[in-house]
Amino acid sequence: MDFDNGKPIYLQIVDFFYENILIRKWQENERIPSVREVAVMVEVNPNTASRAFTHLQELEVIYNKRGIGYFVSEKGYHTVLEIKKKEFIGVRLPDMFKEMMLLDVEFEEVKNSYDQYVKNVSDEKK
Amino acid sequence: MIQIRGLGFQYPKGRTILNDISLDFTPGNIYGVFGENGEGKSTLIKLMAGLLFPKIGYCQISSQDISRRSIENLQEIFLVPEDFELPALSIDSFEKINAPFYPKFSRDQFYQLIQEFKLFPKEKLSALSFGQKKKVLIAFGIAANTNLLLMDEPTNGLDIPSKSQFRRIMASAVDQGKCIVISTHQVRDLHSLINHVVILGQSKVIFDQSFSSVSEKLWFGRPKQQMMDEVLYAEPTFGGRAVLKRENFEETEVDLELLFNAVVSNPDKINTVIKSTHYDAKA
Repeated sequence: MDFDNGKPIYLQIVDFFYENILIRKWQENERIPSVREVAVMVEVNPNTASRAFTHLQELEVIYNKRGIGYFVSEKGYHTVLEIKKKEFIGVRLPDMFKEMMLLDVEFEEVKNSYDQYVKNVSDEKK
Repeated sequence: MIQIRGLGFQYPKGRTILNDISLDFTPGNIYGVFGENGEGKSTLIKLMAGLLFPKIGYCQISSQDISRRSIENLQEIFLVPEDFELPALSIDSFEKINAPFYPKFSRDQFYQLIQEFKLFPKEKLSALSFGQKKKVLIAFGIAANTNLLLMDEPTNGLDIPSKSQFRRIMASAVDQGKCIVISTHQVRDLHSLINHVVILGQSKVIFDQSFSSVSEKLWFGRPKQQMMDEVLYAEPTFGGRAVLKRENFEETEVDLELLFNAVVSNPDKINTVIKSTHYDAKA
């Protein structure tokens, strides 16, 4: 895994979990890799990996079955969706708006570009 | 597990290398020992391995002086040195001769690591390159499963893919019973593995903190204009990164290189901030 400089590694591991849950690679009530497996996978100290697990457990995205391992919660997917949506609207969009103002991009242009994108994606699916 | 108190060391007729060193090393952690050239990192590692004896103070493992070199203690310590000579033996003979000294040695683990490092048990050690020899020692050190594993510049001589392999192997090697101490200059190779930083300077310990307390108290990155008041140390280059008092800023990953430079340039300033307790983590 390539680490981005500023963000704490444990939060980057959390993002890696989010992604796997959002693309449905890890489904509800499915067992996910252990702390040690994740540590080896991303080449970090197991203490760091364990912090990511604790964080996700507190958010109720995953749960622990004693002696068996960690699983994606029943509402795991929805919780992640909410978290990432909030992050997108609260953090990513304002950044984009700032750039739009700076570059004098009209909302109409963005909308056209977005519609085109949606069209391309649905065409690809056919 | 390891307790060092008031330790001093100098080589015959030399200047003082280590002066009044006090440190604790506990299991379940990977310690990184840093310092500029000649600051006594390797000397400290050798003292912990029982290869050198303190002139004053002591270095103990499970409350016994390591310098007594008791069998009971030495079988629980393994050192991967920076420079070494290996005999003209095949890898498997080397294993057969040395493994019995370490009661928890795992042959399966050793040969699995040898294979992972793309080496063959029948290869002669003398025919291997420096990096390959180092891999044999690293594999042996991990498979020895000693309570204390000391490594002096372990990634020196390793090629690019082996460094990532090394990190994976180390990540799987830590467990709650093991204490790993790595001395290195290769900050980037080991950054994600270490969870405690020790920095030596002017023969003393000038920094000794866990990563979690560093990231709780310090902020690393490119500061915005309004953050300038909190700057503790900044790189002198244009757009350089800086170390700040974290206060209410979001947590950032510890930048070891920057931390090292900040500590070396002004240890008191950084230590005062880290030791300050008035800051409420939840604020």
